[in-house]
Amino acid sequence: MASDLLSFAQRVAQGSIRIVDLTQTLTQEFPTIVLPPEFGQCAPFRIEEVSRYDERGPAWYWNNITIGEHCGTHFDAPIHWISGKDLPNNAVDSIDPRNFIAPASVVDCSKESAADGDFVVTVEFIEAWEKKHGRISAGEWVLLRTDWSKKPFREYAGMGDDGAHTPGPAPETVKWLVEQRDVHGFGTETIGTDYGQAQHFNPPYPAHFYMHGKGRYGLQCLTNLDKLPPKGAVIVSAPLKIKQGSGSPLRVLALVEEDS
Amino acid sequence: MTAPLIRPKRKDPLKKTRQPLYPQAVRSRTAQGLTAAAAEGRFELQCCSDCKEIFYPPRDACPKCLSARVPFVPVDNRGTVLAETTIRTSTDPYFRERTPWRAGLTKLDAGPVVLSHLHGDVHENDRVRLDLKLDKGGAPVLIALPEKDTPNMADDPQLREMTCDPKFRRVLITDGRTAVGQAMAKAFAEAGANIVFVGIADPWKPFPGEEALRKIERVEIVPLDLTDSESVTEQAEQNGGRIDIVVNTAEHVRPGGVMQRRGLTVAREEMDVRYFGLMRLAQAFGPAMRSRGADGVNSAAAFVNLLSVHALMSWPAYGAYSAAEAACLSAAQCLRAELRPGGVKVVNVFFGPLETEWFQTVPPPKVAPSALAKAVVQALQRGVEDVFVGDIAEDIRARLAVNPKALERELAG
Amino acid sequence: MTTRLAYDGVVACVPVTVPYRRYSVNSAHWWIGRALHDLTRGAGIRPQDIDGLIVSSFTVGPDTAVGLTQHFGLTPRWLDHVPMGGASGIVGLRRAARAVQAGDAQFVACVAGDTNHVDSFRKTLTSFSRFAQDAVYPYGSGGANASFALITKNYMNLYGAKREDFGKLCVAQRDNALAIPFAMMKKTLTLDDYMNARAISDPLHLFDCVMPCAGAEAFLVCRADVAKSLGLPAVRILSTIERHNAFPDDPIQYRGGWALDADELWQMAGVTPADVDLLETYDDYPVIVTMQFEDLGFCRKGEGPDFIRSHTFTADGTFPHNTSGGQLSVGQAGAAGGYLGFTEAMRQLTGKPIGRPVAGARVAVVSGFGMINYDRGLSSGAAVLARA
Repeated sequence: MASDLLSFAQRVAQGSIRIVDLTQTLTQEFPTIVLPPEFGQCAPFRIEEVSRYDERGPAWYWNNITIGEHCGTHFDAPIHWISGKDLPNNAVDSIDPRNFIAPASVVDCSKESAADGDFVVTVEFIEAWEKKHGRISAGEWVLLRTDWSKKPFREYAGMGDDGAHTPGPAPETVKWLVEQRDVHGFGTETIGTDYGQAQHFNPPYPAHFYMHGKGRYGLQCLTNLDKLPPKGAVIVSAPLKIKQGSGSPLRVLALVEEDS
Repeated sequence: MTAPLIRPKRKDPLKKTRQPLYPQAVRSRTAQGLTAAAAEGRFELQCCSDCKEIFYPPRDACPKCLSARVPFVPVDNRGTVLAETTIRTSTDPYFRERTPWRAGLTKLDAGPVVLSHLHGDVHENDRVRLDLKLDKGGAPVLIALPEKDTPNMADDPQLREMTCDPKFRRVLITDGRTAVGQAMAKAFAEAGANIVFVGIADPWKPFPGEEALRKIERVEIVPLDLTDSESVTEQAEQNGGRIDIVVNTAEHVRPGGVMQRRGLTVAREEMDVRYFGLMRLAQAFGPAMRSRGADGVNSAAAFVNLLSVHALMSWPAYGAYSAAEAACLSAAQCLRAELRPGGVKVVNVFFGPLETEWFQTVPPPKVAPSALAKAVVQALQRGVEDVFVGDIAEDIRARLAVNPKALERELAG
Repeated sequence: MTTRLAYDGVVACVPVTVPYRRYSVNSAHWWIGRALHDLTRGAGIRPQDIDGLIVSSFTVGPDTAVGLTQHFGLTPRWLDHVPMGGASGIVGLRRAARAVQAGDAQFVACVAGDTNHVDSFRKTLTSFSRFAQDAVYPYGSGGANASFALITKNYMNLYGAKREDFGKLCVAQRDNALAIPFAMMKKTLTLDDYMNARAISDPLHLFDCVMPCAGAEAFLVCRADVAKSLGLPAVRILSTIERHNAFPDDPIQYRGGWALDADELWQMAGVTPADVDLLETYDDYPVIVTMQFEDLGFCRKGEGPDFIRSHTFTADGTFPHNTSGGQLSVGQAGAAGGYLGFTEAMRQLTGKPIGRPVAGARVAVVSGFGMINYDRGLSSGAAVLARA
């Protein structure tokens, strides 16, 4: 009802609903996904000053930016992966906007990730989490808290001479989340929703393959997941309305009850 | 006896910086034949095609038979010094602040008597080698050097005005991630540079050779991403005032033509790394370098571009690459004119295929990164501004001089 | 026997010197105008009577002689621009004399004038000639001083000349100049002063070099009977020579064009060196003076140093030379430096010297030289003159 919305807005303004910014600042230094050099690469974030109250524009400051769809904190749409290419409403401009607001379960594996950069999240791990915090409901984001976003960029990217070493879900885990829990989408702090060495999984890159194959969404390079309650946060994540876009950098906000 | 250069002390930050000046650079068009030879380190004078007379200064007709066929050709550069003078006062501001300055008349074995600068180890009656060099203003001049190399020869103050010797200078290698960049860092450290700054982009991405690079003496790794204007500006703000030589080792090599490629993402990267990267470096480092061209022993001296020889003529198998390199060449020519008032040389080093990963399928002869690095150091020590490294580059140059259209067809296969 | 036409019936008269100044804000046109004014007044003719004009100047640009006709209101039927520096006086005389002899002009005014702004000297050097631009100025920009230093060094190596020899010439010229009120140099010069002066371009020191200044010189050439009817003291021209780019294959210049043509000079004049009462050489540098002694025939090649050591060169000396002080003491007013020996010789021969007189002056030789295009002076010339 209208008064619910207005009181919601008031509560946000007053702070009894807290906004947690889950977004990394877009800077040139932030690591981007690196593919084998023969493939096309994601353009990193770059910024060119147009004018700054100078002879190029006396009273104004503005910039031109270059950025790939999958750069920085970003949203993946189902059309991004081959498994989701033919689904209806699968691009950022055709996804029904009500999908841009959804609650989240925040699964904490930060301790395990700290001990092991190759930590793989299993179904058992998530079931154990559910025992403590409650079942993951349908239509919820599952966000994987690894505290990876706190690392300096070199360790954050985790590039070895055989590729990236960052935590992520096993193939069975993703399949289970989609089929057994009907999740809204999967979100991570790392570059990519998948485990760092997921190219060796079967199927490769299962977080992309299964999620997008079933029309679900992805969020990557999130931060501040450690400030969220395990359950009850509501995520606002509306990507740019790019024509047939496969994803976009965006502002991801979590709304949290102040006392939680 | 040339006194060895002394490693310069730290500059007094309150002292006014000596502004760059250079000798009068006006030359007749015919005399620019000397410029062409000096730019590549050749010794050439005019020789009449009809009566074979070799003469100097440059003329538009043979002084013996009046033939108009008087091209510049390589000639024997040896001679004997007949008379020398030490100039102690001059109306020209450049020379005025550099007196005493020695000049002399030398009788070349090839015939003409030439007025030249004299190296400090050269005296009357000595046998000498004449060299054609570009002076501080990029104009061609003759200098008489000792017949055989002498100790500390490169340190002679008059000679050092005409070279960009890395000794005691501070160098920026713009990209140390590659084999070429690392070979360059090593070569400059060995050539006596005071500091070798090595730029690394995306420090979160490891790269081969990183450990060995950090271990080279006098190397200091600095963050530098040529695709990021802010990164380049920041690095110039920090270190630009103490960089005397920039060597732009950024590379982007991918096969493919213009039509044959699908999409523009690779082309954008090519242009961003190579052409825009060069422009960013020029804007960020150029002005300070230009103002420091006369700033002591470690004055700003050179901006070095590594260019594919296919900047001069497209190699369609690597056609988009050739086009990006061509853009860089044109930009470098412009930069050369812009830096000239500061006495800073733009040095273009052309090479054919390299012994690096992106030329993997190309058959030999190819240039090893260490050979390229050595050629760059030598070019700076000699003060030449256009260098061709390796057999392919020399071959392309020779064929271009004879028939560019034939070369165009032949490179297209 | 020479086949050249004698200069019968032609004379030079009315020597004019516009007193020199070290620096002048006036243009070369002003200085030339002063000289023309004094010339016409001295001759007792109107400016419009001048129907022949020869001009020499380094600083009259962008004008040449043509522009000056309108500038000065002249309508000559004979005109020449002679850009030959120190040889301009001799060359101008030769041109004017033939024009008058042939009846192409009646009154030929020969004038050389240059201004000297604070940057005139530097600017003249930077664009002196194409060879200087391409192959000389970039090598230390020492100007003519550096070029002649090399010629001097070479000559000293070849013939054992010493700085003291050159100094002797300079000291004598300074003595002669002390009697000239407008000479730039007004102090006595001793040999010690000369030897201890600061180096300019080794082996040349300060007093080997002329002082550039502003000034003008002029004279009139006309028929002998015309001069007589105007009551103008005059000099006859017994012979002249002129040469450009002599001995191009000499590695370094150690002789000038006079060596090629000296025999003709004496033959045509019908006198020998022994008959000469005074010699006015072109003295941009002492080494060139020495070459003129040799190449004109006053001594043999290489004997210049001995000749200097065995003569004295003041106006009252055993060999009166540069008797008004020469450029080295009076100053070099650009192209007028090529005239000052001539006007001095005219004054001595007509018995009206400004400074010290040469007793019984009846025969004079005036010599010109100039235009160091690359590594040597290209132009040379000389004239034998006699009291009319």
